[in-house]
Amino acid sequence: MALSETAISPRLYLAEQTRWRPAEILFWLATLTPYFLFPTYLSLASQIAITALFALSLDLILGYAGIVSLGHAAFFGIGAYTAGLLSKYGWGEPLSGLVVAAFAAGVVGYVTSFVICRFRHLALIMLTLGFGLLLAELANTLGWVTGGMDGLQGIHTWKLLGTFPFDLYGRAAYAYALAVLFILFLFARRLIHSPFGLSLRGIRENFVRMPAIGAPSRAHIRTIYTIAACIAGVAGALLAQTTETVSLDSLGFERSAEVLVMLVLGGAGRLYGGIVGATIYMVARDQFSGVVPQYWYFWIGILLVAVVVFLPNGILGGLTQLAARWSRK
Amino acid sequence: MSAPALATRGLAKSFGSLVVANDIEIELPKGVRYALIGPNGAGKTTLINLITGMLQPGAGRIFLDDADITALPPEQRVRRGLVRTFQINSLFPHLTALESVTLAVCERTRAARIWWRQLNAYPHEIDEAHDILVALKLGAACHRLTRELAYGQQRLLEIALALATRPKVLLLDEPAAGVPREESQELFAAIAGLSSDITVLFIEHDMELVFRFASRIIVMVGGRVLMQGPPHEIANDPQVRSVYLGKAPTIIPHEPRYG
Repeated sequence: MALSETAISPRLYLAEQTRWRPAEILFWLATLTPYFLFPTYLSLASQIAITALFALSLDLILGYAGIVSLGHAAFFGIGAYTAGLLSKYGWGEPLSGLVVAAFAAGVVGYVTSFVICRFRHLALIMLTLGFGLLLAELANTLGWVTGGMDGLQGIHTWKLLGTFPFDLYGRAAYAYALAVLFILFLFARRLIHSPFGLSLRGIRENFVRMPAIGAPSRAHIRTIYTIAACIAGVAGALLAQTTETVSLDSLGFERSAEVLVMLVLGGAGRLYGGIVGATIYMVARDQFSGVVPQYWYFWIGILLVAVVVFLPNGILGGLTQLAARWSRK
Repeated sequence: MSAPALATRGLAKSFGSLVVANDIEIELPKGVRYALIGPNGAGKTTLINLITGMLQPGAGRIFLDDADITALPPEQRVRRGLVRTFQINSLFPHLTALESVTLAVCERTRAARIWWRQLNAYPHEIDEAHDILVALKLGAACHRLTRELAYGQQRLLEIALALATRPKVLLLDEPAAGVPREESQELFAAIAGLSSDITVLFIEHDMELVFRFASRIIVMVGGRVLMQGPPHEIANDPQVRSVYLGKAPTIIPHEPRYG
């Protein structure tokens, strides 16, 4: 390393950061394997892709800007209800549904970001938790819109691109969810390698120093919070469209907490952390709850403690470390 | 005579009954190298915090190039060219030196608002950041993580971050704090080599460095400006000697300082 450090020009070095690594390409190829290896698990796979997208949106604010949120499901739920209601009242076209859902979640994200950007740490956790609970209760109260405890019924999603129907096996659903996940992942990847992405890392690394280099940290936080809300909204809309139902738990506290756990498991601040975390969490839940449903949280508790104690940077962080040690030998 | 680069009028601040800044009036002409000295607890860092907006003054006004900036938030003062460094390193541990300075440059050019284009699209920003690092002899270390840099290099990176904002007035809070003596000479040589368009105010305890690099000196004691003037006047003033410089006649022995 020491020798090459001086040799690499600064521009090349930064260009190197954005290059696609073989492991990344392999990873995305692997996401196609459910079609060949687990064709009976395609609906689980599409739920994983949707949750992974949700976790990715949380990673943008938590992993990159250091904003801890316990109410991120609010945006997921807004997206889900928007897409669901749109479909229920006559417009079931999926792609435009995603756009409208992203917009609705983004508007709420933008408005709340003006409060969010003024706080850090514990206050922020309480604030996001408060917003989340508020919205969940609102959805419960407005039963005539949301369907309340029974959930939103009567959703019918039209054929994808006018040709592919959403079948029972989830073939179209998985392709749809995976494609949206991949496109928004590309978007997020570009964002974190942008000058703005660098500023976000600056905010995470040293929030207090940012004003002293002339950075409008609050404006940066408002931008990323809004973007993350949009993406979470898309994830929610995907769930509504592919399952054709929306229940109150789509914006409940449990979903907010779960996605945080997934991100910590996988490793925050590395884009793939949320995807890996969501996959492990949901596959584990599917397997364990099949055996002894009531013990499911016992296992996830052990997993969480083990990861936090032994792999403070999550599973991906541990793997990266391992790979680095291996290549040095 | 043109307007001073930086001026304060009746600046005051107290925490409860403790007065940390009392009726401070200073005027820094353009391009001057000022030293701010005084015993520990004299209010030197507080004054920098007040001037840069990290603390709100209880009374008084601050002028940058004749414009009243008292009400501006810190980041807007930086945008206008009033920039500081910190006595205790305040850096970005997991960014490389080059990333840190590129970040500061991008904030200045407002490229930092762009989230739809990758950093590669901004070669001028990257080159400028690299040039600043090379000028401060950090070129070879520019791809190292900040937390892996030697302490002296981190002190230089503090200055590099400040320079990336293109300051008009640069306030250096003990730039050589914790740096071994030989290295602090180099560090001050780098400061002395800054463009003469930049007005510099530095806090420093080593009197040899102060007398070598400052063209004027401000002495603070107990939240007040005791006196200001050229080095020879300060060195020979009996009042300054009694409260600050101690008994030593002309050359003051160096005290090692930690933190």
